[in-house]
Amino acid sequence: MIEWLAMARWSPYLVGACIGILIWTAFLLSDRPLGCSTAYAKTAGMVEAAVSRDSAKTMPYYQKITPTIDWQWTLLVGIVLGALLSAYLAGTFSLLLIPPLFAAQFGMDPFLRAAVALAGGVLLGFGARFAGGCTSGHGISGTLQLSLVSWVAAFCFFAGGILVAGLLFGFGGGGG
Amino acid sequence: MISLAAIRSGPRLQVVLGLATGIVFGFLLQKGGVTEYDVILGQLLLSDFTVVKVMLSAVLVGMIGVFALKAAGAVRLHCRAGTVGATVSGGLVFGAGFALLGYCPGTAAGAVGAGALDALIGMAGMVVGAGIFARLYPRIEKSVLNRGGFPADTLPELLGIRPGIVVALVAFVIIALLYLIAVAGF
Repeated sequence: MIEWLAMARWSPYLVGACIGILIWTAFLLSDRPLGCSTAYAKTAGMVEAAVSRDSAKTMPYYQKITPTIDWQWTLLVGIVLGALLSAYLAGTFSLLLIPPLFAAQFGMDPFLRAAVALAGGVLLGFGARFAGGCTSGHGISGTLQLSLVSWVAAFCFFAGGILVAGLLFGFGGGGG
Repeated sequence: MISLAAIRSGPRLQVVLGLATGIVFGFLLQKGGVTEYDVILGQLLLSDFTVVKVMLSAVLVGMIGVFALKAAGAVRLHCRAGTVGATVSGGLVFGAGFALLGYCPGTAAGAVGAGALDALIGMAGMVVGAGIFARLYPRIEKSVLNRGGFPADTLPELLGIRPGIVVALVAFVIIALLYLIAVAGF
């Protein structure tokens, strides 16, 4: 058992099947699909509330997405802990700022990687709220319910991603 | 035996369940390799199909189970509302961010757990992006976000076919796609 938990990688099919089963439990025990991007909006609301409690209370979006610690928020905390546990057991935990593929294409400037990551994060956070979900909320939980919005969103996530990745690294080059 | 309704309506229990679900999810994402920048960029550059394999397998198993539970009356569906304008434009912006950061909102949290500091910067960026959206929300709610309704909520409604048959069709297409990806050598 522990050898298995300590493996660096599992088959992607097995991992996917287990995520599918995890989603059954979320529907059954929590009456909700599994999505990650709402937690970021809740966190933004908590920041607004810390700066000015009144402004956060009167902002319409935070009346819809309340800045409270609930299932969706602790889910995100759990993801950090679960991945930490997995990497720790496998002995693959290592602090890293510049991923190898990024370094091979753009060099080892930490400020460049930080700036690109920050810009990417802002677009992700904004885009996910605009589209009403992310790769897990729309891409997995929504598509498996055969929701039309989610299939369109998932297609657009990958269309936009493939286009911009191709512009950054060259189309058909396979990276590097 | 505690009833499902009691479990679902207990706020403290739900906070713990969210944490437990997240721990399992994060563990799985890390074991699947999808918390790595190189794996996600490999998918967007179409040279590594790990992300698609994980997602399609999850949709296949999740779909069959959720529709079986629904048929048994144990769960209800939670399809999201949205318009064509907001979904397409938001989806494309999300995709651009996905390629720049190299993680999505869930896998970024997993990558932080595995030690990726760039993912932590990305998570801060996502809070900023969501905050900008919340600030703009009153101004765009009635206009941009309301443009172009979808003709139906779900694929079965759109096609006019019973959900059970659509589930079987989608399952067949997913298995065929996974087979073709494997045969093509990815």
